[in-house]
Amino acid sequence: MQTVLSDDQVQFKHVVHRFFDTHSTTTAVRALAETETGFDPLVWSQLSETLGLPGTHLPEQYGGHGFGPVELGIIQEEMGRTLYCGPFFSSAVMAGYALERFADEAAKTERLPQIADGSIRATLVLDDLNHPSQVGRLIAANQAGALTGSAPIVLDGCSAEVFFIVAREDSGLGLYALAAKAPGAEVSAQDSIDMTRKVARVTLQEAAGTRIGSVTPQSLNRFWDLTSVALAHEMIGGASRLLDETVEYTKGRYQFGRPIGSFQALKHRCADLLMNLEFAKASTQHAGFCLAASDQETIYPSMAKAMAADCFMEMARAAIQLRGGIGFTWENDTHLWFKRAKCDEVLLGAPYRHRARMMDILQETQDVA
Amino acid sequence: MSHDGIKAALEAFLDAEFSPDLSLVEWRKRLVSAGWAAPSWPDAYFGRDFSQAEALVVSQVFAERRVVGAAQVGPRRLAAETILAHGTHEQKQRYLPKILTGEHAWCQLFSEPGSGSDLAGASTRADRKADHWLINGQKVWNTSAHHADFGILVARSNWDLPKHQGLSYFLIDMRQPGVEVRPLKQMNGHASFNEVFLTDARVALDDLVGGEGQGWAVATATLSIERQGFARGRSQGAPAPASAGRVYEELARELEIDNEPYTWYPQREGRPDLILQRAQETGAIEDDAVRQEMAKLVCLTEAARISADQVSAHQKSGGQGMLPAGSIGKLGASVIARQAAHVHTMISGASAMLSGPESAFEGVIAETLISVPAISIAGGTDEIQRNIIAERVLGMPKEQRMDTGPFRDIPRNGQ
Repeated sequence: MQTVLSDDQVQFKHVVHRFFDTHSTTTAVRALAETETGFDPLVWSQLSETLGLPGTHLPEQYGGHGFGPVELGIIQEEMGRTLYCGPFFSSAVMAGYALERFADEAAKTERLPQIADGSIRATLVLDDLNHPSQVGRLIAANQAGALTGSAPIVLDGCSAEVFFIVAREDSGLGLYALAAKAPGAEVSAQDSIDMTRKVARVTLQEAAGTRIGSVTPQSLNRFWDLTSVALAHEMIGGASRLLDETVEYTKGRYQFGRPIGSFQALKHRCADLLMNLEFAKASTQHAGFCLAASDQETIYPSMAKAMAADCFMEMARAAIQLRGGIGFTWENDTHLWFKRAKCDEVLLGAPYRHRARMMDILQETQDVA
Repeated sequence: MSHDGIKAALEAFLDAEFSPDLSLVEWRKRLVSAGWAAPSWPDAYFGRDFSQAEALVVSQVFAERRVVGAAQVGPRRLAAETILAHGTHEQKQRYLPKILTGEHAWCQLFSEPGSGSDLAGASTRADRKADHWLINGQKVWNTSAHHADFGILVARSNWDLPKHQGLSYFLIDMRQPGVEVRPLKQMNGHASFNEVFLTDARVALDDLVGGEGQGWAVATATLSIERQGFARGRSQGAPAPASAGRVYEELARELEIDNEPYTWYPQREGRPDLILQRAQETGAIEDDAVRQEMAKLVCLTEAARISADQVSAHQKSGGQGMLPAGSIGKLGASVIARQAAHVHTMISGASAMLSGPESAFEGVIAETLISVPAISIAGGTDEIQRNIIAERVLGMPKEQRMDTGPFRDIPRNGQ
């Protein structure tokens, strides 16, 4: 198994870094936050067509590039660093992985290439974003495939062209496809704390979905691991950016005749933040390597999600605190990352749920051994 | 020299010279005179100029053949490496062989009650007389000083220079009337360290290392050797080949004395390795609150391990870039130890009050709970590590100094 990024992966990181540095400036982020759809179609088509990012982690036989969780992590980290606004996580990661993991062969062949090349923006309708065992409580499918129920939080629900929906069936869960504009589907924008990632409520009333696959507890767990690790990378990127900028701020801000970064109270806080970040980053990268190496269930994806979330949130709190009053203003950019941190913390399970899952897995593997 | 050549030469030497019935000192004298005791040292000083890789071949042969090597455990290695790097020709000739044979034990006399984190603020006096140095002051945290024959000593030889420039580095005979060693009992009941009182103790003029006023530079070299030891782990000392014969019996006695100060060291790290077993035995593993804290501990221990693996992989591939490994790892060890003690306490409940052989794990858990405070102090406090991380890694501005100018004018303890 890998321990550190390969030279090719480091090179890829540079390319992705440059792209988002240029195309996801804070000015652009602020402008998109004020729009309804929350993304720039031109940047989306550039990152899809020029860089081919949405297909990075998807299999080549379905139009992807055949890389894995490590390369996807690199993209997510750079997106988190710049707070990229767009349907990458909803379409390429959530919908892409759902299709890859749950859909039958025909559906994958038909639909994954469009996700991989970015020509279709899809999203996954999950009626619960806290824990895999709770999925399917709110949305049900009848035997004819008519879907009824609602999902309170759907990422990019207002701008997606296609919904993939996980619904409860007579026994187990199924995956359904539905055009966003289909009769029986009602989409209403929800206000989110984080204006850089749009969410909507999707309500279904006997909507005629197409059944395209089955969702087993095992495949749902694996899906949850893959998406959690991608999200952890986003959080690490955001936390790194916050630490860099906060440290710079303490060097330039003078009070009592000296830079505030020369006070031990601030130095020690920053040193602790760096240690937390290094640990969370190491764990997140390791989780990516584990996912890439094997299908075996391990503690590392949940460990990464829990650590990255705690790290990002603590970093965001400190980033505001160390700036003092200016950090609490709308004009200062820090709150943009704070709000992303809060939403990422709870998306796909708050840290305590992932820690509980770690212990379950630890005990299972103990019992096996 | 080829690795096979080294192996052949060493095998031939061992066949001819080694016998388990030799005394420990007699055997090591043979090792020293043949250059096998410290093969990576220079040819001119009891070594063979071997590279690290070549020296590794030697220790492998020693391990395979269960042969006793040079004395290594404890502060004697710090003294040896420092003398080798900064000592005079006469000092090397006089002191190094008896360090290698184990005839002389050494101790480190650096910290003082008045200068802990601020080592350069030492105020033990070294006054130059006609034919010797006169030493007065007190040292503390001196591991193994109670059976040391010599000490490496930092003392102030000039009070009018700025503090780093007024220090000198000495080799001092511990067996003299002006040196009094008292064991220092710690809060966990062990006495791994000593206090050393120096009252008109004498040091010969030619036992000055590195020249007058060079004490800080030489002490820094010693400290860097010490940190390398920390990084490699303390168990790099001589293996204890359990075989019959005089040389093995004498080695076992030597190791018992040398290792005695360190028996509680695993406990200061919090014993996270015992958590799962304890939680299962007590049933605490079914408690959701305990499970959360256990998971946080696993996060920390696994992250520290992964992070260390990444750093060493990065270094092996010749990677550049600032990897703040040392201080971050040390800070992480403190956090891990505290969290482990916290979880042990949750698991034990009211029984966490009990100590002694009847208590959990024959007293190891109790010893853990009262030893953990040491980890965030020894080898540089957490606060000092945070300063290092903030200033050297994050590049934050240095604190304003209050200790410039002549040392005698700097405010100190007890004045």
